[in-house]
Amino acid sequence: MSNGTTEASSQAVAEERGARGVIDERVADDSSSPTPQEKKKLKLEQKRRLEGIDRETLVRLFRQMLLVRRFEEKSAEAYSLGKIGGFCHLYIGQEAVGIGALSALRPDDYVLTSYREHAHAIAKGMSPNAVMAELYGKATGCSRGKGGSMHMFDSSVNFLGGHGIVGGQIPLATGVAFATKYQGTDQVTLCFFGEAAVNQGAFHESLNMAQLWKLPCIYICENNQYGMGTSLERAMSLQDVAQKACAYDLASEFVDGMDVLAVREATQRAVERARTESLPTLLEFRTYRFMGHSMSDPGNYRTRTEIEKHQERDPLKLFRATLEEEKVLDAQEIADMEAEIKEEVEAAVRFAEESPEPDPAELFTNIYANGASPD
Amino acid sequence: MPVITMRDALNQALREELQRDEKVFLMGEEVAAYQGAYKVTRGLLEEFGDKRVIDTPITELGFAGLGVGAAMVGLRPIVEFMTFNFSILATDQIINSAAKMLYMSGGQFKIPMVFRGPGGSAFQVSSQHSQALESWFAYFPGLKVVMPSTPADAKGLLKSSIRDDDPVVFIEQERMYGMKGEVSDDPELLIPLGKADIKREGTDATIVARSLMVPLALKAAEELDADGISCEVIDPRTIRPLDIDTIVESVKKTNRAVIAEESHPFCGVGAEISAEITEQAFDYLDAPVKRVSGADVPMPYAKNLENLAIPGVAQIVAAVREVAYL
Repeated sequence: MSNGTTEASSQAVAEERGARGVIDERVADDSSSPTPQEKKKLKLEQKRRLEGIDRETLVRLFRQMLLVRRFEEKSAEAYSLGKIGGFCHLYIGQEAVGIGALSALRPDDYVLTSYREHAHAIAKGMSPNAVMAELYGKATGCSRGKGGSMHMFDSSVNFLGGHGIVGGQIPLATGVAFATKYQGTDQVTLCFFGEAAVNQGAFHESLNMAQLWKLPCIYICENNQYGMGTSLERAMSLQDVAQKACAYDLASEFVDGMDVLAVREATQRAVERARTESLPTLLEFRTYRFMGHSMSDPGNYRTRTEIEKHQERDPLKLFRATLEEEKVLDAQEIADMEAEIKEEVEAAVRFAEESPEPDPAELFTNIYANGASPD
Repeated sequence: MPVITMRDALNQALREELQRDEKVFLMGEEVAAYQGAYKVTRGLLEEFGDKRVIDTPITELGFAGLGVGAAMVGLRPIVEFMTFNFSILATDQIINSAAKMLYMSGGQFKIPMVFRGPGGSAFQVSSQHSQALESWFAYFPGLKVVMPSTPADAKGLLKSSIRDDDPVVFIEQERMYGMKGEVSDDPELLIPLGKADIKREGTDATIVARSLMVPLALKAAEELDADGISCEVIDPRTIRPLDIDTIVESVKKTNRAVIAEESHPFCGVGAEISAEITEQAFDYLDAPVKRVSGADVPMPYAKNLENLAIPGVAQIVAAVREVAYL
């Protein structure tokens, strides 16, 4: 049985992937061979989407993507300096998914995600100060320093974490959707997870209940093609995540996750389905992470060539090119934006540095809801 | 006062709390149309409808997590495990989500829910269906663990558990569902969590017993009384948070402690109580704390072997004699 568990076969898979570049045939802009017709079709779709969005929204989307990119780069720096401890899972390369999807929501909609959550937290409306302070383990962090990188929460913006067990957030999100339906509101719930989480039983149990009971939950698979060091090919018998929805008779879509407008539009369709029909959707966004699984990942399972190939489709690069071409933003405006964002991120770091650690008494608070302790 | 079964007492608690608060709902396997595998939820679907009394697929991890998510945004779920043996499938959500959510969110998301169902032995249902898991759940800060031993306690404790803002693991006992007792029909009669009950007063030895062992401890106390040994029987009722003060006060008075439990001894609740008694009342003890626990084996099927695996009155009597050096 060749499930490739030896280092040698893992290396062989990595080399083959690297040689082939972007391997997904469904992503039409495959740099190995997009046909002229495919290119034209993509261009027309892009144009259609742009026509449906105002300039302000386009600029906001770009700014958010840039902000979370620079925030994550700064986090990597802080981690290397020992300011951030434990695990630090960076979102670099996946920005189009988080930003694009969240842009389709109302403020009162709910979001749950995995531990790779800094971008989702910021996109949902949490301040970079509160997020950075949480990473630094300070009392002013969004979780009062008791959660860390993997457990960011903010009830005031309906951001429900931040979950460390792969797939653990999927039944939770299903329950949030159950509750909003029970309470008679038309709020929807977005649940983000990676493709590796799709192999967890919790995923299957949740999608079954969501379709059975018609719950307004949108399941977003951020397929970055690796579960830590294990590629999709080595983990999944049927490597088509969107197709798995048919096992539950659930609506699904596969989308190029490097295209922020395509992500936004697909999410809008799913949000509409959830809000008006109270039905779930499974969205598969094919993306890629440019950094390792976490800051401790030596990255021996993929080649430099493969990473560089994907970086040619860096979502920031693609969107910037589109905006410049459509004359939405020029180089100077982008430079000004970069300078603002640099200051915003540096202010977050200063805020985190200057904030106090949690009071030692906090060790024993929040065990029970009404202040009592277990003993 | 009406005399009703444990099953009906639990049913009343569920009915009253469903009536009282729209945010309470009940979910589990066969709880609705089947009227409950053990009939604890009989009649509830008919009264409250399928929005509030929900039959789930066999999907414990999924529906336990669904309950936690619903609790995060304002509902008060009661999740039934047909037996607590099946809760093992759901432990990731009970432990990593329910127990920790309030803490790791810095106090933002409380989880006001109840996980309930029968735990411990039944009658010849063999190893996978007879497990007493209270020490597992009691281990995790953030969870509360409750084990009633009488119909009145069951009703009052279940009502309190449903109104409690923390995740409560409420472990009933299948062998006790038919037990009868006086139960008030006052819908506001609650029994507080975290408070032990002195089921029988005495002066010579303290017997700490929970759930199935409580009636056996009381019978043992009667037998010993005939021999002039006066036993105080304490039922903690809530395992976590544990009312150790009531137990310690009793041991200071009697100087001897026996703990009776149907669970395995190793790392059981009895081991915890024993450690705490030793730490807090060492100078008052005239003998080591003695545990009478279930056999340290998977539960066998054969009737005679099963009976050997569960402590009986005779073992409790023998243990008291041992610590009394009689």
